[in-house]
Amino acid sequence: MTMVDEPTGTQAPEKEVGKARRRKEDARLITGKTTWTDNMSLPGMLHIAVVRSPVAHARISNVDVSAAKAAPGVIEVYTGRDFAEEQGSLPCAWPVTPDMVNPGHPSIAVDSVNHVGEAVALIVARSKVAAQDAVELVDIDYDVLPPVLRMEEAVKDGADLVHDELSSNTSYHFVFDAGDAGLGGNTDQAFADAEVVVSRRFVNQRLIPAFMEPRSCVVSPQGDNYTMWSSTQIPHILRVMLAMVTGVPEHKLRIIAPDVGGGFGGKLQVNPEEVLALLVARRLGKPVKWTETRSESLMTAHHGRDQIQFIDIAADREGNVKGLKVRLLADMGAYLRLITPGVPALGAFMFPAIYKFPAYHFECDGVFTNKVPTDAYRGAGRPEATFAVERIMDELAVELGMDPLELRRKNWIQAQEFPFTTIAGLEYDSGDYEQATQQALQLIGYDELRAEQRQRRESGDPVQLGIGFSTFTEMCGLAPSRVLGSLAFGAGGWEHASIRMLPTGKVEVVTGSTPHGQGHETAWSQLVADELGVPFEDVEVLHGDTSISSRGLDTYGSRSLVVGGTAVVKAAEKVVAKARKIAAHLLEASEDDLEFTGGKFSVRGTPGTGLGIQEIALAIFAAHNYPEGIEPSIDADATFDPVNFSFPHGTHICAMEVDTETGMVKIRKYASVDDIGKIVNPLIVEGQIHGGLAQGIAQALYEEAVYDDDGNLTTGTFVDYLVPAASDLPHFDTGNTVHEAPGNPIGAKGVGEAGCIASTPAVVNAALDAVRHLGVTDIQMPLTPERVWRAIHQGGDGGERATAGTIAWGGASTETTTGVSTDASSLGGDR
Amino acid sequence: MTEINVRVDGVAYADAVEPRTLLVHYLREQLGKVGTVVGCDTSNCGACTVHLDGEAVKSCTVLAVQADGCEVTTIEGIAPQGSLHPMQKAFHEMHGLQCGFCTPGMIMASIDLVNDNPNPTDDEVREGIEGNLCRCTGYQNIVRAVQQAAAEMSGGAPTSSETLGAQS
Repeated sequence: MTMVDEPTGTQAPEKEVGKARRRKEDARLITGKTTWTDNMSLPGMLHIAVVRSPVAHARISNVDVSAAKAAPGVIEVYTGRDFAEEQGSLPCAWPVTPDMVNPGHPSIAVDSVNHVGEAVALIVARSKVAAQDAVELVDIDYDVLPPVLRMEEAVKDGADLVHDELSSNTSYHFVFDAGDAGLGGNTDQAFADAEVVVSRRFVNQRLIPAFMEPRSCVVSPQGDNYTMWSSTQIPHILRVMLAMVTGVPEHKLRIIAPDVGGGFGGKLQVNPEEVLALLVARRLGKPVKWTETRSESLMTAHHGRDQIQFIDIAADREGNVKGLKVRLLADMGAYLRLITPGVPALGAFMFPAIYKFPAYHFECDGVFTNKVPTDAYRGAGRPEATFAVERIMDELAVELGMDPLELRRKNWIQAQEFPFTTIAGLEYDSGDYEQATQQALQLIGYDELRAEQRQRRESGDPVQLGIGFSTFTEMCGLAPSRVLGSLAFGAGGWEHASIRMLPTGKVEVVTGSTPHGQGHETAWSQLVADELGVPFEDVEVLHGDTSISSRGLDTYGSRSLVVGGTAVVKAAEKVVAKARKIAAHLLEASEDDLEFTGGKFSVRGTPGTGLGIQEIALAIFAAHNYPEGIEPSIDADATFDPVNFSFPHGTHICAMEVDTETGMVKIRKYASVDDIGKIVNPLIVEGQIHGGLAQGIAQALYEEAVYDDDGNLTTGTFVDYLVPAASDLPHFDTGNTVHEAPGNPIGAKGVGEAGCIASTPAVVNAALDAVRHLGVTDIQMPLTPERVWRAIHQGGDGGERATAGTIAWGGASTETTTGVSTDASSLGGDR
Repeated sequence: MTEINVRVDGVAYADAVEPRTLLVHYLREQLGKVGTVVGCDTSNCGACTVHLDGEAVKSCTVLAVQADGCEVTTIEGIAPQGSLHPMQKAFHEMHGLQCGFCTPGMIMASIDLVNDNPNPTDDEVREGIEGNLCRCTGYQNIVRAVQQAAAEMSGGAPTSSETLGAQS
């Protein structure tokens, strides 16, 4: 013993988690060295073009493909009849009620078509151009049936039917009653006793995910094996489902999601074209490729949202909420796709939001219409719920003459009340709504804006200013498998990871969560660098290939870091545990005497000793000297199944200028403070928030999938479907509070959907706050200048859509989107 | 078929093309320049932006035959192998991309913007790239990236030889 200990080193190594690491992914993306599916070309590859229905609802009376078959370069032409026996039905994995009606979903229409854009024939040709040219040569006769387009009419007795073999257009009636579930009081009684009741009908319009990379898939047959490259969010789920649908055995099917250009839920799907490409490749024994055009994508890839929301709130005069009632009509479109029915049902659990409602009743009808199916789109059920509840809180505040923030504060869950079980039965994990709100108020400069608002009011300025709030939460980290089982979802919610320690000390991390822009390669490297004490640069993250990543449930629902990242951490813990045994053997010490820091095992109290985990990787590769009774490997796998969701929350504030003379709205300032738990990479977090805000603001201000009276999508190009450009969006001021999630070792809650869920009601509330004094109580989304102007000058909510003959009128572009025009569409067909 | 002579990323090509062939399809399918991508069919998204004799064009609105005798530069040809153009470097450093599908076109449009306006304001960047759609980023970090690259480009700093990825 000496009087002075030797320096045992050193300060704790700098943590990777929390650093704003630049992304590893960027190297190939900024240089054009990418592997998008459409870049793929295989020897002898044939090209598929899809002939699509130009009518929304019809019986197919005759199909003549002879001219197409004779066209130059065409190898084969198929119709629905050719695949009727083997195509099965596209899967719906979420039967939300036991008696849910699912009419089945053929990948290619056989006898009837039920939405514009439905596949009716396939051209297979030697070149893409030849296939596309032959599309026009297919001659199909349609006996047109009346299209069913509006939900409120579709659910009436005697309504025309989408599927005439069914007894109604209602797929399911889903009910959640908190009283019946033993979670709250009797909702009817709460409303009967209430001093104030406010009721509203909101339209949460149909949107299009509009990922930038159009969908594409390539199928290559090798003997009885098939490899499919697809622009998908869900290679693992796709593999299982394709095996079930087509009968190709699962172990003979390999799915690869190479670089994928965005998804936002839009690529969380088993697409008709993926099934058809596999069937064609099997039939011909040749590699095939299908890549959609943007117009096909907007018309036929699934849409999102599309709910009519009837919401009632009960309160006393002091502003204490007493009950909430929600009734939804949710547009399924013509068929049920992968999770079509589950999206609005998921919302059932989010309507109570952050407020302490003592009574709650929810019901939802899933309604068939002759439109493309709806399914997941960024937030999937939660944005719709958040919109309705944050809007009705403002309406209640107006009714009570209260400040909208005071009303929220009076009813929200207090910081000391976590964990808090809500009226919908969810256990919210952690947070502090007051703290996030205070920070957001400062960020936006609230007092100055209110002063300016008063001044503009008093001076009668034609440009009025409004301030809108959204104090939101969401359920993320999808999902505890047992909970999904209780909701009748067809799969679990776990995630898998494995770590391979290579002989040179480099590390391969395999994740089952397949990214499409989120930066998994970077964030997972940070996690593993900390867990194993290896350099960030020494970690390579592999994903998106079912042969490399054997188990996984892919990317959606803000689950990747919370569930998939945790699986990575758990796998790393196992690697360290296995390496510890070998280190003890090589250092001739007891395992219990070893400490592991900075990637090194050392014997406690004997400085200078030590063995790096990367050295152990080489030692165990050689396997010349390792303990008896263990395997010569320190590789490890882990599967993580969360026990609860995580609950990010935040306060978003929008300041909006409304020109009362032109109806033009302009976001003056936007501030958001999000609590997403532990932040692994602040750069990626900020980017996710920005992108989410852009999409949520776009729902409020720009985007709407519009169908004319014949069921033609009149917003079928980027000319008409207004994905915002840089000049359409404001600067965002963003901040964070951090309350770590207790349900996972990282402490993360999920960030992918927060901005999109929170922002939409903040923007609409802000616009209304600007013009309330002019008698406006609602404006339908998106807030086009025409709607805003009409709401101000003509009353009402601005109308469902622009009137016939105006520039904003959707019907005007009918002829360009489908090539077919009827009297009704060319005359306008205004609703 | 029509004969065209075109230089793409510094290499001379003499090819026969169908007169209706779009420049972007010629680049992708005949030359294998798949770094340039197709994002729409109405010239709205700008994902296919390349430089034609130094000016940004949407290569889906140019016929291959119109490029006859011209110099085309794509995302694959703006910096020597192993190095980055200041605009590429800035998109990386400012996190101006997520999925990366719009990025080649966005970078090509941004270089053209800075060539015309070496010191653009926030609003000038936003207006300058309004022909290019991004669905992931909300554009704020793209604006930052363009301004950072503009500073480097006008300062005459040499093209970075930064190693890609793994930079903090």
